[in-house]
Amino acid sequence: MQKTPLLDTKGIVFLLLLAAAAILVPVLFLATPANGALHVPAYLVALIGKYLCYALLAIALDLVWGYCGILSLGHGAFFALGGYAMGMYLMRQIGTRGVYANANLPDFMVFLNWKELPVTWWGFNHISYAMLMVLLVPGILAFVFGWFAFRSRVTGVYLSIITQALTYALLLAFFRNDMGFGGNNGLTDFKDILGFPVQSDGTRAALFSISALALGLGYLISRAIVVSKFGKVLIAIRDAESRTRFIGYRVETYKLAVFTISAMMAGVAGALYVPQVGIINPGEFSPTNSIEAVIWVAVGGRGTLVGAALGAVLVNFAKTWFTGVLPELWLFALGLLFILVTLYLPKGLLGAGADALARLRRAKAQTKPLPAAE
Amino acid sequence: MALATDNPALTSSLLYLDGVCVSFDGYKALRGLSLVLAPGEMRAIIGPNGAGKTTMMDIITGKTRPDEGDVYFGGVQDLTKMDEAEIAELGIGRKFQKPTVFESHTVEDNILLALKAPRHAFATLFGKAAADQNDKIDSILATTRLSEHRQRLAGDLSHGQKQWLEIGMLLAQDPKLLLVDEPVAGMTDAETAQTAELLREIAKDHSVVVVEHDMTFVRDLGVKVTVLHEGAVLAEGPLDVVSADPRVIEVYLGR
Amino acid sequence: MRKTRLMGAALRRLAAAMTSGMALCLVAITLCCVSVQDAHADALDDALAKFSTDRFPDTQAAIQELAATATPRAGAILDALAASKLSFDPATKMLYLTAASGLVEAKTGAPASGISESQLKRVRLNNGVRSVLQAAQGALTLLSPDPAKRLSGAEAVFKSRDLTALPNVELALAAEKEPRIRMAFEQARAAILLTDKAQDDIKRLGAIDIIKARGDQDAVSLLATIAGASEGRVKLAAEEAAKSIQARLALWGNVQNIWYGLSLGSVLLLAAIGLAITFGVMGIINMAHGEMVMLGAYTTFVVQEWIRAHSPALFDYSLFIAIPLAFIITGVIGILIERVIIRHLYGRPLETLLATFGLSLILQQAVRSLFGANNREVGAPSFMSGSFDLGGLAITSGRMWIIVFSLAVFASLLAVLRMTSFGLRMRAVTQNRRMASAMGIDTNRIDALAFGLGSGIAGIAGVALSQIDNVSPNLGQSYIIDSFMVVVFGGVGNLWGTLVAALSLGIANKFLEPFAGAVLGKILLLVFIILFIQKRPRGLFALKGRAVEA
Repeated sequence: MQKTPLLDTKGIVFLLLLAAAAILVPVLFLATPANGALHVPAYLVALIGKYLCYALLAIALDLVWGYCGILSLGHGAFFALGGYAMGMYLMRQIGTRGVYANANLPDFMVFLNWKELPVTWWGFNHISYAMLMVLLVPGILAFVFGWFAFRSRVTGVYLSIITQALTYALLLAFFRNDMGFGGNNGLTDFKDILGFPVQSDGTRAALFSISALALGLGYLISRAIVVSKFGKVLIAIRDAESRTRFIGYRVETYKLAVFTISAMMAGVAGALYVPQVGIINPGEFSPTNSIEAVIWVAVGGRGTLVGAALGAVLVNFAKTWFTGVLPELWLFALGLLFILVTLYLPKGLLGAGADALARLRRAKAQTKPLPAAE
Repeated sequence: MALATDNPALTSSLLYLDGVCVSFDGYKALRGLSLVLAPGEMRAIIGPNGAGKTTMMDIITGKTRPDEGDVYFGGVQDLTKMDEAEIAELGIGRKFQKPTVFESHTVEDNILLALKAPRHAFATLFGKAAADQNDKIDSILATTRLSEHRQRLAGDLSHGQKQWLEIGMLLAQDPKLLLVDEPVAGMTDAETAQTAELLREIAKDHSVVVVEHDMTFVRDLGVKVTVLHEGAVLAEGPLDVVSADPRVIEVYLGR
Repeated sequence: MRKTRLMGAALRRLAAAMTSGMALCLVAITLCCVSVQDAHADALDDALAKFSTDRFPDTQAAIQELAATATPRAGAILDALAASKLSFDPATKMLYLTAASGLVEAKTGAPASGISESQLKRVRLNNGVRSVLQAAQGALTLLSPDPAKRLSGAEAVFKSRDLTALPNVELALAAEKEPRIRMAFEQARAAILLTDKAQDDIKRLGAIDIIKARGDQDAVSLLATIAGASEGRVKLAAEEAAKSIQARLALWGNVQNIWYGLSLGSVLLLAAIGLAITFGVMGIINMAHGEMVMLGAYTTFVVQEWIRAHSPALFDYSLFIAIPLAFIITGVIGILIERVIIRHLYGRPLETLLATFGLSLILQQAVRSLFGANNREVGAPSFMSGSFDLGGLAITSGRMWIIVFSLAVFASLLAVLRMTSFGLRMRAVTQNRRMASAMGIDTNRIDALAFGLGSGIAGIAGVALSQIDNVSPNLGQSYIIDSFMVVVFGGVGNLWGTLVAALSLGIANKFLEPFAGAVLGKILLLVFIILFIQKRPRGLFALKGRAVEA
């Protein structure tokens, strides 16, 4: 049997680039003079750091969509839940430095006249507990949701629509003050993380490197999954679900496993995102965010992992550029991107590139293109 | 579990259907279907469109639950209480009417996925490949004449090759009972003959149920035939006897 | 403040009426106080004198006596007292009140001379005084020439159940001609009779019947109080009556909730009905469906703008102009979308979802660029405004017309699908595309037209929704998830399922709201649908069997 290697060429290139960024960006940021030609300004560090978190979310999404055919329109919810878990830790670190100088309660709770810390907030002053929640909260939600959905064989667009309803319901819930997560305003005004000030250059650089590391790790885990026999089963489910059942695989278990793993990765991405942007609010649950994440994957090429990360960075780079220069045109551009990619680039940039390469190699002998994956 | 151990028809059977009824929105797809298959037997099922052939397969493989009636496997396993994966693990394999293979996997991976091995997510994620796995794949590919296509994507195969690959996957599952739905639909005459030969070979050490329209093919198989009509058994016996039955003639030719 | 001043004005008018010899009032006053003018003057003086003792019990007595005189000044004085503008001179015991024009003598209303406010002492109020005062003011208004005043006066007495108001009520009742107000007086009298333990049981039982006939929440609380304070037959009868009213009220409450639910459900139905065609029947996931609704709403806005500018007289017909226009505009856009984008994506539902989502972004941004991001004002024609009562139901015309309209749209859609050759061909295509094509049906054309139909209906829905929602570029977004939920819940491919799902979700929402609040109720419903889809993945009215698998 021919074994698929853990790392192929594009994987190696991806990891090398990532490693280079993880080292170079902080070095150029911290160690070069502020007006030097090679200096990376602070805003750019935060911006690229944000892109890296998005890239991790995209890889998580690609794992379920590209390999298992589960189009989740609710992955933004897992991202946001991870972000909230981190945000809660950061809120607890503010301590008496808040406006109301209450050692025990975050400002918004004092403002709402709450007397005690709600149970949901217990333990979030410890980073280890917060980290655990970053994984567990999205993981458990995905598990429970998936357990219901996959067991009763909700598939295709039905599943997509109820994942969208899921994030929509969470959006509505987190807007409520009495949920105890800061309502409309969310969580912000963070002071420090693990004792280091969030805004300081050193922390920024460290968060950047950690994000790059998490992205690399997320990629390796996903890649290990997809090259294993487990991954082959996932693809089998994607291509012919009932056939997979009839040869004896418990499709729901596989879907549940990969959905939960993916949700946890999305949670980690959200947790790293929050300290870098300095705020988390219910807007992160908006269904539009989740769909945007889907288009990153589609642009880069689903079922390629590297492509998903590439797509996230490219689309967000375009977003930053457009909203700076031609803010009115951004939504037109994004909308067109959705349409053009689905119509003309169904396999995304990487898929199209791979096809072109394969066609070159095969020359004229075999020109029949691969049928589009269902 | 087993209804009554004193029912010899049940205890000695591999597959036992009794009085199976199922309806969809008032349309009765099966009305009291009864069928007994002995271990090692090969059976051909014929019948006009809408006779309930595919629904019967769906019932046996757990895709559809019967409204009433008993379905037992090996005399003891109640199939009405199991889902597809459980039934597949019991040793019932199914080939669909329209060939369904995993198109973006290679031929080899298709067989590999079907090979008898632990099916748990944990085992597939962390497990090691069995030592004799390669030999098994080699032999199955040889049987189904696909050895030279081993590294091709299943989606690139011709229609007939896909049919064989699917049969190959059934072989890899090594089931006690194979359900084969119209294996020669859309095949050339030569391919049809080869397929019949393949099935006879398989039937040497497996029980097989073949659903087919193609009478020449059924004749080639030379096995006992069950005629279904309107969700129940109309006639049963050797093809010559069955095709002489006036009721069968009426169903196929009359009205 | 405003109210007391109005009451004062009413009393002044009453005074004017009396001086011009309005027989009715004269009779009343003659009945009330046996001797005429002189006795009046005496009683008035006596009453006024008690205000200046600066003791609460005296003040209460003063108020009651003053009211009993029913003189024209009484209203003004009581109003001033209520507004803390009544004062007395501790030296002369003369009463003054601070009017808009300045200090005036309480008894005559003539401007006060030789005295300044600083020398005066205010007549003090406590809660006891206030309640007596309110009852007295109520009694005074009972004779007002203004029917609305009399009605509110009767209500005030009903609530205060002040025994001393009984003579006034009897009087007013005798004089009252308007049945509605008579009834109010009778209820007020009954309330007093019930409160008065001195009355015999027969009278009190009769009173209970009258209160029972009133049948609202106030009647219930009155009867409960009475039941608590009485014994024997009266207690039983009061309890019985309270229970029967409560049961009736609960029933009406539920009916009202159902009505609100139907109203919400009809909105959901309107939003979802076009989707039932594109998604339900054709299987196309159109995420830009909400934007079609939004475009319909903006069409209404443009039509109204044009009417305002060119022929304001047409305004009441603006919706009737907008409906066909919206249908054509969104229908044509729908056909374009189908031809340019969706046609290439048949059989790839997830891609269709993404492409149409992109389209929704473009449409939103286009409208934002054209009309601005803010809400646009869409007016309601006269027949859409106003409200009326039906039994125990309060019904607003706008909501009612939207319910009627949504059902009409639903019925016409059914008719189109069932009775036209287009409908027949469309059903043929959705059931078996290849067979339909083989029979000479131009499937491409049918696809485009069907999608146009679904989009056009969304546009019509937008016209209706412009009447009850903010017309902004985000209008559609708020409906898209709900619409999908309705179609999925109802069962794909089943228009009746869509109807039942929309109405039942609307009603469920309204029944959840009191317990859970609007937002939580919505969340609960979403969770319910998520769970429901998992139990019955194909919706309420699912098609079963092999056709679905194909």
